[in-house]
Amino acid sequence: MITQYAPKPDVLARRAEILQGLRALLPADSVIGDELRLKPYETDGLTAYRQVPLAVVLPSTTEEVAALMAFCHREGVRVIPRGAGTSLSGGALPMADAVVLGMMKMNRILEIDYADRLAVVQPGVTNIGITNAVSANQFFYAPDPSSQLACMIGGNVMMNSGGAHCLRYGVTANNLLGLKLVTIEGEILEVGGSYCDSSGYDWLGLLTGSEGQLAIVTEVTVRILRSPEGQRAMLAAFDAIDVAGACVDAIIASGIIPVALEFMDKPCIHACEAFAHANYPLDAEAMLIIEVEGSVAEQDDLLARIRDICNRFNPISMRVSASAEESLAIWKGRKGAFGAVGRISPDYLCMDGTIPTSQLPFVLRRIGEMSAQCGLAVANVFHAGDGNLHPLIMFDANDPASFHAAETFGADILKLCVEVGGCLTGEHGVGVEKRDLMNVQFNETELDQQRRVKSAFDPDWLLNPSKVFPLKNSANTATPAMAAE
Amino acid sequence: MLLPTTEADLAQAITAAHEAAEPVRISGHDSKAAMLRPVQAARSVSTAALSGVTLYSPSELIFSAQSGTPLAEIEAMLAAKDQHLIAEPPDYSALLGATTPQTLGGVVACNLSGPRRVAWGATRDHVMGVRAVNGMGEVIRSGGRVLKNVTGLDLCKLLTGSHGTLAVMSEITLKVLPMPERRATLAFGGLDPQRAVAALSAALGSPYAVSGAAYLPAEAASRLPVVSWLGGSVTLARIEDFAPSVAYRIDRLRAELAEYGAAEILDDGASRSLWSSVRDATPLAVQADDAVWRISVRPSAGPRVARALEAAFGAQYFLDWGGGLVWIAGPATSAAHDAVSAIARKEGGTWILLRAPDALRTACDVIPPESAALARIGLRVKQAFDPKSILNPGRMRAGV
Repeated sequence: MITQYAPKPDVLARRAEILQGLRALLPADSVIGDELRLKPYETDGLTAYRQVPLAVVLPSTTEEVAALMAFCHREGVRVIPRGAGTSLSGGALPMADAVVLGMMKMNRILEIDYADRLAVVQPGVTNIGITNAVSANQFFYAPDPSSQLACMIGGNVMMNSGGAHCLRYGVTANNLLGLKLVTIEGEILEVGGSYCDSSGYDWLGLLTGSEGQLAIVTEVTVRILRSPEGQRAMLAAFDAIDVAGACVDAIIASGIIPVALEFMDKPCIHACEAFAHANYPLDAEAMLIIEVEGSVAEQDDLLARIRDICNRFNPISMRVSASAEESLAIWKGRKGAFGAVGRISPDYLCMDGTIPTSQLPFVLRRIGEMSAQCGLAVANVFHAGDGNLHPLIMFDANDPASFHAAETFGADILKLCVEVGGCLTGEHGVGVEKRDLMNVQFNETELDQQRRVKSAFDPDWLLNPSKVFPLKNSANTATPAMAAE
Repeated sequence: MLLPTTEADLAQAITAAHEAAEPVRISGHDSKAAMLRPVQAARSVSTAALSGVTLYSPSELIFSAQSGTPLAEIEAMLAAKDQHLIAEPPDYSALLGATTPQTLGGVVACNLSGPRRVAWGATRDHVMGVRAVNGMGEVIRSGGRVLKNVTGLDLCKLLTGSHGTLAVMSEITLKVLPMPERRATLAFGGLDPQRAVAALSAALGSPYAVSGAAYLPAEAASRLPVVSWLGGSVTLARIEDFAPSVAYRIDRLRAELAEYGAAEILDDGASRSLWSSVRDATPLAVQADDAVWRISVRPSAGPRVARALEAAFGAQYFLDWGGGLVWIAGPATSAAHDAVSAIARKEGGTWILLRAPDALRTACDVIPPESAALARIGLRVKQAFDPKSILNPGRMRAGV
């Protein structure tokens, strides 16, 4: 079970008074205090951990957020920002003495400018909502995390979300121009803007992916891009993982950057096939989904080049889609991978390490060995071009021993990722889930450097505490004193 | 000047300065000494001897090099494997009067990006990992050597563009991409800046992956033989990709932009020469005593900014990044400087005084001031890295 900093007794004792203070700042229906209505906020996408918060507030404007933050700061109340609650790392897990700041009411698109290729949106707009708003003009917002139907841009910014098309279009950080934020002291900040590259410190870069540790996002300026003329996928299956890995290397070395390059291992292929009936090759040990874009002639040219490369690796099957419908069919299984695994196992943990792609065969072999050792099945699906692994560890949440074994297995995979030169998390964030592994990747000097940066924004450590940074012995160590140490 | 040859020596040099509470001027080969504000410091440390590539994995699109490695050395290494630096970092040596090579550390510390920035991101977007020594002499790492990494706060981005005021980078890992097989450029003659930026917006908003979009007014165009034969102003859109794609896209784009005139097509060789000139700002007509500003605004505001400064002090200019990057040359006076900062503020943009005589750059802000709230956080972040304010004092802002 995850530990959090102990709730502040004085805050718990003043609960009624604090609720009254919050109600003075927002309309009555925007402050939630009764137990039944607090319940839905007790967890996020990492459902293994739950904690009912002190209260939930649902602001509608930047000014309301500023007033709430000033109040919480003055009262010493912790604040947990929350978008759609889809975090897979427990990034929005509440604390008993904390106010959850739900951003879902701030869901308006404020400006779309096609000539300057940008959109200004509130944090509660869903990821897909941005693309939907501009798709009639053949534009799109590039990062596409698999939760894109539900997840909100504010959460994407705070977690620096990725997706399947990062190799070509980058992650959230590469697709932002500006942010409006509110500090814990209730001050409104604007960083970046509608232009490229600030002249001072890159606050935009620092704040993106900061997991709610530094400030609250209330407005986001994103880059929007013109959609390609079209895109098409192909599938190639191999009888060994190493061979598929070598094929990925050969594609990249040829100078082609596919817009997507996805990898699935045998257990994942089988799970997805049973779920989606995508006609995947069940005899394969590994399968690649490769997508290219451009005009039909350009797609033909690129797919022919890729087919030639794949042929050098003796694929056991290859399927080049001839139409948008066939491409969708190829993607169908992959997009449903998490749901598919959910059908064959009562519960699963989705891991998110990144490795140098050259280490792929070794890492997958080791994961297979670990799986056999701990007796838990694992299915591997990942973004092969950028080395971002998503091993799905299957377990039974009703059996505490099974859950514990799954957590240990997951931690071992992430340690392996770091060992081979990779990192703990490629796109899901540290949250609470990987917090206690941070010292596998960073030494104490490096963690203290990051902690001091947090203190510069949040001297009293009121913003999303108990996440990202391994807990110190007492919460008191994480105070302004740290900034001066 | 100290020239550490290892990261440990670098850390020792900074530790000693920290203990003595003496400011340190940080440099590589000093090719950017004329940028921003001059640094007065009792000590001086150069990364010039921290040189060499430590990792290059072409199939993983990644390399690591010590910060003092000359950029040209890295570019040659990548070219041998048909790869390149994504952000197309510029070389401002001519503009800055530098005769020494620029280093990887310098380009990253200044977050310098060229024309491809408009489509493929800035240098800061491709810094995957750094090793650095903070103002207490501690070695810190952020990021790593993989392409996707959200583990912990992104100090890579914070250090990129911090001009050596937070930490001294010792090693940097960058993402690279395959070098395109072919490039070609559409050149429209005789457009005024508003029409030009409309054409560039249409080009960048097309599905043809335009990777360079610049406007050279007549004076600037006349300085480049590769386009001067067109006569008058030129509006330029580049496409880079496999040869068949370039041929197809350039034709389609030319047809779709027909309302802006009949564009000439510049071939691969001409495009290479042209865009390296645009990258290095050689089209800018700079007098010996002139100041040079780089202003970044939303693209549609670029022509207004240029026109306003032409009117204010006869500024020479050209536009890159689809209109969003306004290069300005003009008299090194505080009146001209005030005009630049006023129009950038009005248009909601930012700027940097890239070059000016010491008298001007020590007397005024060389980058825009921040809001009081942000400035306060900025000071605390500076403290978090460099509590005695010894690293490159005054480089970005007076008194910091």
